[in-house]
Amino acid sequence: MKIFLSWLWLLLCLPQISFALDAELLKGLAAEENDDKIIAIGKLADAADSNAIPALQALMEGTLSVAPNGNIVIHAGDGVINALTAKAISLAPENLTPIDINNRVRRELNAALAALKLYAPQQAVRLAAAKQLQTNADGGLIPVLDRALANEQDPTVRDILQLTQAQINLGNTDPTIRLAAINALASGSNPNVKTLLAAMTEKKPDGSYREPDSNVRLAAIDALDHIQGRLARLELLSHAFNGLSLGSVLLLAALGLAITFGLMGIINMAHGELLMIGAYATYVMQTLFRDHFPGAIDWYLAAAVPFAFLATALVGMALERGIIRHLYGRPLETLLCTWGISLILIQTVRATFGAQNVEVANPVWMSGGISFASGLTLPYNRIVIIAFAAVVVAAVWALLNKTRLGLFVRAVTQNRTMADCVGVPTGKIDMWTFGLGSGIAGLGGVALSQLGNVGPELGQSYIVDSFMVVVLGGVGQLAGTIIAAIGLGEVNKYLEPYAGAVMAKILVLAFIILFIQKRPQGLFALKGRSAEAMA
Amino acid sequence: MSMRMRMMKLYSGKSWLALVIFALIVVIILPALYLVTPAEHPLHVSSYIINLVGKIMCYMMVALAMDLIWGYTGILSLGHGVFFAFGGYGMGMYLMRMIGTEGQYQSSLPDFMVFLDWKAYPWYWSFTDHFWYAMLLVVLVPGLLAFVFGYFAFRSRIKGVYFSIITQALTFAFMLLFFRNNTGFGGNNGFTDFKWILGYRITAPETKATLFIISGIMLVAALLTCRYIVKSKLGRVLTAIRDAESRVMFSGYDPLPYKLFVWTFSAVLCGIAGALYVPQVGIINPSEMSPANSIEIAIWTAVGGRGTLIGALIGAAMVNLAKSWFTVAFPQYWLYVLGSLFIAVTLFMPHGVVGLLRGLRRPKHKADVKTEPAPIPAMSQNQGGETRSLSGTSGLKGATP
Repeated sequence: MKIFLSWLWLLLCLPQISFALDAELLKGLAAEENDDKIIAIGKLADAADSNAIPALQALMEGTLSVAPNGNIVIHAGDGVINALTAKAISLAPENLTPIDINNRVRRELNAALAALKLYAPQQAVRLAAAKQLQTNADGGLIPVLDRALANEQDPTVRDILQLTQAQINLGNTDPTIRLAAINALASGSNPNVKTLLAAMTEKKPDGSYREPDSNVRLAAIDALDHIQGRLARLELLSHAFNGLSLGSVLLLAALGLAITFGLMGIINMAHGELLMIGAYATYVMQTLFRDHFPGAIDWYLAAAVPFAFLATALVGMALERGIIRHLYGRPLETLLCTWGISLILIQTVRATFGAQNVEVANPVWMSGGISFASGLTLPYNRIVIIAFAAVVVAAVWALLNKTRLGLFVRAVTQNRTMADCVGVPTGKIDMWTFGLGSGIAGLGGVALSQLGNVGPELGQSYIVDSFMVVVLGGVGQLAGTIIAAIGLGEVNKYLEPYAGAVMAKILVLAFIILFIQKRPQGLFALKGRSAEAMA
Repeated sequence: MSMRMRMMKLYSGKSWLALVIFALIVVIILPALYLVTPAEHPLHVSSYIINLVGKIMCYMMVALAMDLIWGYTGILSLGHGVFFAFGGYGMGMYLMRMIGTEGQYQSSLPDFMVFLDWKAYPWYWSFTDHFWYAMLLVVLVPGLLAFVFGYFAFRSRIKGVYFSIITQALTFAFMLLFFRNNTGFGGNNGFTDFKWILGYRITAPETKATLFIISGIMLVAALLTCRYIVKSKLGRVLTAIRDAESRVMFSGYDPLPYKLFVWTFSAVLCGIAGALYVPQVGIINPSEMSPANSIEIAIWTAVGGRGTLIGALIGAAMVNLAKSWFTVAFPQYWLYVLGSLFIAVTLFMPHGVVGLLRGLRRPKHKADVKTEPAPIPAMSQNQGGETRSLSGTSGLKGATP
C-alpha cells in the first residue's frame, strides 16, 4: 500500500500525458517481478483512464494472459479479447500463459481498481468504488480524493468522497487540519457526518475526551448543532412537500364532490367510482396510444385529461338525468341509491377490465425528480400533480365566477325558486353542474392513476376521505375545500413520523369527527339561515 | 294496565299467532329436525341451513336496530357495523381465551400474539376469560361508544346526511384501527379457529343447535322490545322527531335524551347480535366494519319497509337469502343485484315490501284504513318539507313554517 501510494503521490505531481491505454504499461502487468507489476499497476491507476479497468479486473480474477505473440489478452469465458483494443481475437485458450499474482499485488490491485473506478462513466460503479475507499480510508488517499472530487458531479458519490476525506483529516495529528476538516463538514448536510462528529465529542472510558484539543471539540459540537438544525429544517421541508402533495391529491379527489355535494347538495356515494372511471379512462388512452401511436406514448396524458373529463361528465349527466333527479329533496335516499350505482359501476368495470389492477405507467417526463443536497428529492410526478391541482382549481373558479354557466349554477344553488322565476332552466343547469362535478372527479382519477394502483376498488378508498374534506371545509365553500384538503394532507404527513401511516390517518379521522361536533358547519360556515338548510 | 295487558296490546291476535308460530319453528322444530332426524331423512335440516338461518337471525336483529334508529327516528346510521363488530369482538375475545393451548403454537396466548412476540395479554384483555365479563363487554362497549358519540353528535344537532357521513367515518376509522396488528385484535385475520364455548365443543351439533335456539329467542325478545318501544309514548316522540324535529322542540320536548336512548339501545342490540353471530360463523375480522357492510344494513331495512319492524325482519331475511344464493350460483352478478336493489327500492318502493303488500291489501279492506294508522304517515310529508329546504340549498329553510 505504502509503495502504491507514494507512487501515486509522485506521479500526481507530473503532468498527465497519456489518456489512451498505453501498450507498454499494459505489458508491464506481465512483468516477471511482482514489484514491476506493482509499478505498472500504479502507473495505470495514475493515468486515471477507466479503460484500464477491464485489464486490471482480469488480472485480479486471473484471466489476464499473455498470448504467444506477447500481446496481453483477457481470457473471458470461451472467447479471448485483446486487452489493449478490447477486440475479440481467435486464439485457442491452451496457448495462453496466465499472469500470476500474489497477495501483495492483489492488495495494490484492489486499491488501484477502486481509484480508477472513481472515474468510470457509470454512476453506480463510481458509487461502489467510493464506498470501497471509505472502508479503508488512509492518509495517502487524500490526493486521489481531491482529484476525484474535482470531477465528481453526482451528489451521492460526492457525499461519500467528502466524508472519506473528512474521516481521514479528522484522524490527523495536527489540530489545525482537524479544525479545518470540521469547518468544511459543518457547511455540508450529510447525515452520516453526524456520527463522525458525535464520536469526537464523546468521552473515553477513562474519562478523557476522545478529542484532546478543546478548541477542536467545541468546533465539533458547533458543527454538529449546525448540521442537526439544517437536517431538521430539511425534514420539515420534505414533510411540507409531501403534505402538499397528499393535499393536492385529496383536493383533486374532493373537488368534484365539493360541487355535487357542496353546491348542489347531492350525496353522491358513487363519487369514488367516478374517480375510478377517470383512472380507467387514462388506462384506455394509454392502451390506445401504445397500440396506435407508440411514438407519442409519452404524451398520452395530454389526451387522457380531456377524455377522462368527458367520459365521467357523460356518466355523471346520465346518472343525474336518469336517476338522481328523481330523488331531489330526499338526501338519505339519494345516498343509498348512489351507493347502489357505485356497486353496479364497480362490477361493470370488473367485468370489462378484469378484477385485477391494471398498470398505468408514468410517462418518461414524469419519472425521476429534482434531488437536492442530502436526501430531499421532489419526484416530478408529485410536482406535476400539485401543479395540475392548482390548474384545475383555477379553471373551476373561473368557470363558476366568470362564465354565464357559472352565474346560473350559483343562482340555482343559492335560490332555486327565484332562479326558476327569472327564467334560468334549472333542470338543465342541474345536469350541467352535476356533469361538471363528475368531470372534475374524472380529472382526479387521471391524477390518481399516476400515483397508485388502478383497480375496480380504487374509488372505495377515497370516498370517505373525499366526504371528510368537503364536510370539514364547509359545505358550499370551494375555498374551504381547498384549505381543508391541503390542511389534512399536511397534518397527515406531519403526524406520520410519530404515529405511523395508518395511525396518522385514524387520528385525522378522529380529529375530523371531533371537529364536526364542535363546528357542524365546517371550517367556513355559511352564515345565517342558509347554513341550516343543508343540515 | 298490567304488564301482561300491555304486552298483549303490542300485537293483534293474528300477529301474536304468527309470532308464536315463528318462535316455535326457530326454537323447537328446526333444531329438533337438525339434531334428531338422520341425514338421509327427507325432513332433515342440514347444518348448512342451521348456520345460514342462525346467521340471518343475527342480521335480522341488526335490521331491527337499524329500523329503530332510521325507520322510526329518521337518523340514518352508516356505522352500525362497528357496534355489531364490537359485540362480535367481545365474544371473540372470550372464545380466543378458551382456545387455551390448543393453538398452533401451543401457547396460552392466541396465535397472533405469539406471532407478534408478545409475552402477555394487553390490559384490555384482562378478565375476558370469564364469560360473564365478556358478555358485559358485548353490551357495554357498543353502548358506551354509541352513548358518547351520540351525546356529542346530537348535542351539536348534527342531523341528516352529516350524521350519516360522520358515522361512516367512525366505522372506517375503527376498521383501519383494527386492521393494525399492534392494536391487539388479530389484525387482518381477526379471531378464528375457536374451539370451546362454556366448556362445550363449538363444532358439536348440540352446541350449534343451542346457539341457534338462543339466537331465535333473542330475536323474538328483541322484536317484542322494539315493538314495546315504538308503541310507547317514547316511540311516539321518536316518530315526531323524525317527521318534524323543530316542532317537537317547540312543543317543549328536548329531543336529545330520546335520540340518545334509541341510538344507544340500537347499538347495544347490534352488539348482542354480533356476539351471537361470531360463535355461529366462527370468525370475526375488521372487514365487518367496512363502510360497505354498514350501508348494506340500511338496504335490508329499506327493502322490507322502513318504519315497520316486521319489514326490517323481512328485508334482512330476503336480502341475505338472495345473497347467499347468488354468491354461490352467480357470484359475478350479485353486485348488480344488490346495486339494482338499492336503486329500485329508493326510486320505486319507498315503503319497501311491506308497503307493497299493504298497497295490495288496501282496496279490499277499505274500512281498515280508518282504524289502522297509515303505513308511514309522515314520511311523504317530510319529503315535501325537505324538498323545499334542500332544493333551495340555502335561504329557504328559514321560510319553512
